[in-house]
Amino acid sequence: MITHHLSDKLLMAYSTGTLPEAFNLAVATHIAMCDECRARLASFDAVGGAVLEEVSEPSVTMRADALSATLARVKAQPPVQRKVAVPPKDDVIPAPLRDYLGADGEIRWRSLGGGAKQMVLETSEHATARLLFIPAGTAVPDHTHGGLELTLVLQGAFADEHDRFGRGDVEIADEETHHQPVAEMGEDCICLAVTDAPLKFRGLIPRLAQPFLGI
Amino acid sequence: MRAGKGLKWVTLLRRVADTQDTDAFAALFEHFAPRVKAFLIKSGADHAMAEECAQDVMVTVWRKAGQFDASRASVATWIFTIARNRRIDMLRRDRRPEPEDLNWGPEEEPDQLDILSLQQESDQLVAAIAELPEKQRVMIERAYFGELSHSEIADETGLPLGTIKSRIRLALERLRHSLS
Repeated sequence: MITHHLSDKLLMAYSTGTLPEAFNLAVATHIAMCDECRARLASFDAVGGAVLEEVSEPSVTMRADALSATLARVKAQPPVQRKVAVPPKDDVIPAPLRDYLGADGEIRWRSLGGGAKQMVLETSEHATARLLFIPAGTAVPDHTHGGLELTLVLQGAFADEHDRFGRGDVEIADEETHHQPVAEMGEDCICLAVTDAPLKFRGLIPRLAQPFLGI
Repeated sequence: MRAGKGLKWVTLLRRVADTQDTDAFAALFEHFAPRVKAFLIKSGADHAMAEECAQDVMVTVWRKAGQFDASRASVATWIFTIARNRRIDMLRRDRRPEPEDLNWGPEEEPDQLDILSLQQESDQLVAAIAELPEKQRVMIERAYFGELSHSEIADETGLPLGTIKSRIRLALERLRHSLS
């Protein structure tokens, strides 16, 4: 069961369409796994509906021929029929994320040493998204955060000093967060990690390793 | 339960979906197209671009009318999401991947009582936002016009969203149940 959810702030920013692509990807991927946040997002969309309903600009009108022009276009494009409903598959990689892998759907891991691997995903330069593979029982290097970082668990689980994060859980970390997450025994951990700033590692060796992380 | 404004738009949109009713579409167009245009202008578009994109949004409303789920959104909310996505393209903003839609199949329908209560909740939300203190209402509007970044959005929105969220959650559970 998912116990760590998205913040109101993130859901509202996603609803208003102002997040960097990497964060949009993390939000969409969490919602694909979490009906609670899907409903919360829909309530923020409802606020957008209310804003649209109340946006009153008496001076703004449509051109006189707008309706006929639109009707002419829709006549050429019949309505989309309702599809047969298919329950979404409960894959390790939810649908929004699948588009960011190669055409074959394979994750192109690059080694980070010590069994850890990553794949940097191609998004806009405003933030970075990557998949992380942390072998069961292994620690992620201790690091602080220059900006906002979301870590969404796709497989396995990790825990830090405060909490446990399993599949679907999202950890929201910022400048204040100093932690040393450890992947649980039993299953290798795969996460989607997005950040709007480079990670700063606190130990000497991880600092040397940072250039290889490519972030 | 009284039939509010929201329910009227649901009925009209269903006529578009079921019988391609152009009179129903014209009524929706008359109400929503100028609002979408004003929304896009407030979001930074010039008049010509806003006119063109508002027409695009209304074309999408026609084409996707059959996919609208009145147990989870008001027509205004659904049109807002189409307008927002059109705005992201128009202003070349960051791509916004979405979770896959959960749709009712052709054989199934959302529960009528779910539709009534959700539409009523949506009407009440419009009223509640109109009654917010000026300063707070302006911040909400600015956020939805795309003027605020994540860090500029308040941690506590103070929006009364608990009830509408619970309604949508219930409707989602019924949909999931019908899918399984």
